[in-house]
Amino acid sequence: MSSELISVKNITKVFGKVIANSNIDFSVNAGEIHALLGENGAGKSTLMNMLSGVYTPDSGSIFIHGEKVHFSSPKDSIKAGVGMVFQHFKLVESMTARQNILLGQNNKLFIDEKNTSNSINEICEKFGFNIDLDKYVYDMSVGERQNLEILKILYRGADILILDEPTSVFTPQETKKLFNIMNRIKEQGCAVIFITHKLDEVMEVADRITILRKGEAICTVDKKTTNPKNLTELMVGKEMDLFIDRVEYKPGDTVLKVSNLNVLGSDNVKLLKDVNFEIKEGEIFGVAGIAGCGQKELCEAITGICNIESGKIIFKGQDISGKSSKEMMKNNIAIGFIPEDRLGMGLVGSMNIVDNLMLKDYKNQKGLLLNRRPLIEKAKKLVEKLEVKTPGIFYPIRYLSGGNIQKILLGRELSLNPKLIVMAYPVRGLDINTCYTIYNLINEEKQKGNSVLFVGEDLDVLMKLCDRIMVLNSGNVTGILEAKDATKEKLGMLMVSNADKGGDNYDDTAC
Amino acid sequence: MQIRAVIIMMIRLAKRSDISNKKSMQIRIAAIILALLVVSIFLAILRLNPIMVYGTMIKGAFGSPYNIRQTIIKAIPLLISALGVCIAFKMKFWNIGGEGQIMMGAFGASLIALNFPDMSKPILLILMFISAFIFGGIWAFIPSFFRVNWKTNETITTLMMNYIALKFVTYLQYGPWKDKAALGFPKIPNFSDNATLPEIFGVHIGWIIAIIVTILVFIYLNYTKKGYEISVIGESENTALYSGIDIKRAALGALFLSGAICGIVGFLQTSGVSHTLSVEITGGAGNTAIIVAWLANLNAIAMALVSILFAALITGANYIQTAFGIPQSAALILQSTILFFVLGSEFFIRFKVKFASKEKKAEEVA
Repeated sequence: MSSELISVKNITKVFGKVIANSNIDFSVNAGEIHALLGENGAGKSTLMNMLSGVYTPDSGSIFIHGEKVHFSSPKDSIKAGVGMVFQHFKLVESMTARQNILLGQNNKLFIDEKNTSNSINEICEKFGFNIDLDKYVYDMSVGERQNLEILKILYRGADILILDEPTSVFTPQETKKLFNIMNRIKEQGCAVIFITHKLDEVMEVADRITILRKGEAICTVDKKTTNPKNLTELMVGKEMDLFIDRVEYKPGDTVLKVSNLNVLGSDNVKLLKDVNFEIKEGEIFGVAGIAGCGQKELCEAITGICNIESGKIIFKGQDISGKSSKEMMKNNIAIGFIPEDRLGMGLVGSMNIVDNLMLKDYKNQKGLLLNRRPLIEKAKKLVEKLEVKTPGIFYPIRYLSGGNIQKILLGRELSLNPKLIVMAYPVRGLDINTCYTIYNLINEEKQKGNSVLFVGEDLDVLMKLCDRIMVLNSGNVTGILEAKDATKEKLGMLMVSNADKGGDNYDDTAC
Repeated sequence: MQIRAVIIMMIRLAKRSDISNKKSMQIRIAAIILALLVVSIFLAILRLNPIMVYGTMIKGAFGSPYNIRQTIIKAIPLLISALGVCIAFKMKFWNIGGEGQIMMGAFGASLIALNFPDMSKPILLILMFISAFIFGGIWAFIPSFFRVNWKTNETITTLMMNYIALKFVTYLQYGPWKDKAALGFPKIPNFSDNATLPEIFGVHIGWIIAIIVTILVFIYLNYTKKGYEISVIGESENTALYSGIDIKRAALGALFLSGAICGIVGFLQTSGVSHTLSVEITGGAGNTAIIVAWLANLNAIAMALVSILFAALITGANYIQTAFGIPQSAALILQSTILFFVLGSEFFIRFKVKFASKEKKAEEVA
């Protein structure tokens, strides 16, 4: 093997109580494309942010070209030859390609047009870029913008490129072009680190693959010695035994029926594509998928927070498609919602428990004034029943721990006796005891005959807790499995197989 | 280069995850004390004894019943306009158009006062009040309508509305409303006696209105559904959406109220203080109100205290002007220095400054 360009030893990074990276070892050689593979929250981005100087590691060391480095800003890392292309491009729209490349590069007062143009053109030729340097960024397509980002980094002398999920918004043709450039860069003896969770792309361009799971580097494998199935297994890990009680599933009538649901994002990209499913009474319906595959939109479409493009949502025989959250509350549609962003959407951080309970209650009160008295009682009961640790019910909730905040949110939603409760990542970031409290509460609801739509990321939990699991992949439903038939491999395959291409070129990813 | 890098390394900023109200008040008070110290240096340069100057200022603001009355007259417009803009601020809507809203409120009051000078006093005053209230409200409603529908930047539009209001009144003063009895001097006629506010304890009854508005705004923000809704919107629009609040309607309503309360100031200043409309009617209250509202942390009761303090600064400054023969701008410097420090202290409320330990410094050099 050729020489190591970058090597990371024992790197650890902790955010509050969350260990994002723990003792990671990892190295990249000159002239290779190295893929970093892992689920969301596996620690890929944290690791790359440390390599590009955005974060500083808590412990461990980074060696570049065999020299130990200390980055305190992205400027240091680019000086050392590491350049990162972020998922969201860092370009100035109202400037031309050339201006963007030169931005912040020249400390002199004037720009030496001739020399810089020559050196930019040289790089373009060397790596096969086809960019009009005088085009304004706002006129560029996503693919062109990304090429420009890469060119910018190469111009700054980087020989290690980090691409963070570069193909997430690409058409197949654009992806092909990008891979060509990546190969050219590789031929020049530079290294490319490629963050992704698309297995087919990994198999196409990568030389070696490092798999991260839950903040740890599981292993590095050579592409020649592996296959997609093997990679999926490494990515999701072995099945774990969880002590979640299983409540017997006695499906009743249909509570929620979603048919041909389409949701558009802000830039007219379809975020949900013809989604169909049904939830029965007394069913826990799981939703799995890589983050950002439409889970948020699904939850918000059902609860009337985001607009739908087309399709029908029927709740207990009532058509609620296109109804706003306000109309739903007025008509007493009994759907509870635990949003992913608890303080940003479900609760108000600066308010106390009583005022937060009021959020779903004050509309039913008569008159212009608020009546806090009944809610004080309710707050006391909630604190007692769910064992919320707080200095008092008049204490702003944002000072509480994540688990206690979640208990308040869940307690409020359950107290309204919903027939269906939609939960987006209800146990994310919570300690294990709170997780079990929440699993038990979910099972209690099931026992009462209520239904739950559970969007989760931990496949073990989904398989133990849910009755059926639907997999979302780039806004498509790639499968709905009975939990008893589901395995981590099956789910993993549905999550990462290429949903858009229909698997025509990539039969090795079929499952 | 090496040395510079080390110096940069020594100071590290960490975002404070959260800060208690007590701690943030402490930081703000420390900022005021620092401002006073800095101004002391400035006064010392002018060869004045800072302690004597500050002492005289206090005497000037509160030293006699007359001085106290002057301070209160100055505090009324500050307090009411601060209460007005604070409703918008609670919603994180940056209404910096207090000046224009006061101006239009004053116009609304004058419109009635000049057209019906002989109407009976109570009815005339009530009509003037209502007209000022509506005109002030509309002046805030217009930019907020654009904001909620087309996301225009309210900081700019509310500010621009100030100039429109100002130029409009200038036009009236030099044009259609020019006093024919003033021998060519560009002024608007004085109000009739019936359009003049009565006095209680030597101060126009605006002070009673100020107390009532303070209590009402306090109740509005803390004990009404609408007030609750605007705090939710201010904290997180997503949460508002989630809980089924009609954001557009709540925002437009609150903004109308915000401007309308500023409009009341216009009524009080024309009817109670200057007895006519002029381009100087606001006295800068709409801008100072922004500072008052922030210093009081958007708390209605605290705003009453802060506006009295600010008014004391103004009357105190007028007093030292004659006592020491220094220009009033010296007092304005004191005011703006306090503002500078307090706004600067927001940075320290948000970030914690850490100095890296010596050992770490050594390591960086090595």
